[in-house]
Amino acid sequence: MATSTEIQAAERSFQHHFASIEQQRDTATFGMWMFLLTEIMFFGGLFCSYLVYRHNYYEAFVEGSQKMNIILGAVNTAVLICSSLSMAMGVRAAQMGNRKLMVILLLITIVFGFGFLGIKAVEYHEHWTNHEFPGPNFHFETGDPAHPATDPLHTEIYFGLYWAMTGLHALHMIIGIGLVTWLVIAGMRGAYSPMYYSPVENVGLYWHFVDLVWIYLFPLLYLISHKHS
Amino acid sequence: MARPEQPHDDEYTHVVPAALYISIWAALMVFTLITVLASFAELGPFNIVVALLIATIKGTLVVLFFMHLRYSPKLTMAAVIASIFFLFIMFSLTMTDYLSRGWATFAGR
Repeated sequence: MATSTEIQAAERSFQHHFASIEQQRDTATFGMWMFLLTEIMFFGGLFCSYLVYRHNYYEAFVEGSQKMNIILGAVNTAVLICSSLSMAMGVRAAQMGNRKLMVILLLITIVFGFGFLGIKAVEYHEHWTNHEFPGPNFHFETGDPAHPATDPLHTEIYFGLYWAMTGLHALHMIIGIGLVTWLVIAGMRGAYSPMYYSPVENVGLYWHFVDLVWIYLFPLLYLISHKHS
Repeated sequence: MARPEQPHDDEYTHVVPAALYISIWAALMVFTLITVLASFAELGPFNIVVALLIATIKGTLVVLFFMHLRYSPKLTMAAVIASIFFLFIMFSLTMTDYLSRGWATFAGR
């Protein structure tokens, strides 16, 4: 049952142009879904260019993907899945009005988020020092340099897409960590209750969406083919 | 201002059982392991089919349960399906261009 302070907090957050607090919540959540659907098209453009260039330069993409660290990629996938679990449980705690549990689970989510970014930074550093960043310092050799099996320029496109797609994903992670931090601070101040937890629910949607993007990025970028291994 | 009514526990929201979230998490972890192992099998053109199939199963679990789509209004479901539909329009119209280049030959080219 909601306490009187929770009802006061819900009353403060209830805006007069909504018929009921349920309608207000459904509207906020649908708005978040609309935003996430624009995000699908945002990432979709990158996935579409990936589709085109992978179709055109498949062998060069295979060469590029040999440089991916599959273990770190798989561990990072697991880290994100765990972060989604703690986020979902955090939203659940907010729904049930368990403020302390919600804050703890959101903090765990933040730790997983930083874990993901840390592992990603290790991978980025490795690619950077191996000249696997597109641009003037890009350098890529396959077999005999005089007669390369695939055009290094085409592998450069692979790495361009790798950095762009994982970079945009990492940017979303950084924004997500900021948003969850905001939830933790507001949550500790008692802003949310079973009657009003839309920000928790909607940041949760955002977090799971970012997880969803990675679920596709991991096989498409890391697991193209292991012909050399 | 209308006073929000005091909620009965189930009235405002659907609280998913914690055990269900943990089962979804376990399934996602298992599918991640399967997708890594499957990528080492030589399936030729079916490697990408298997990889995308597993990713789509994982994605569906995330969207339906973690993102509560299963417990959301039908409008949300319709919007999500429409979005996927338009994503595929983008992919397929782009590929009709790239796949069909070189099919036709023109005098002087």
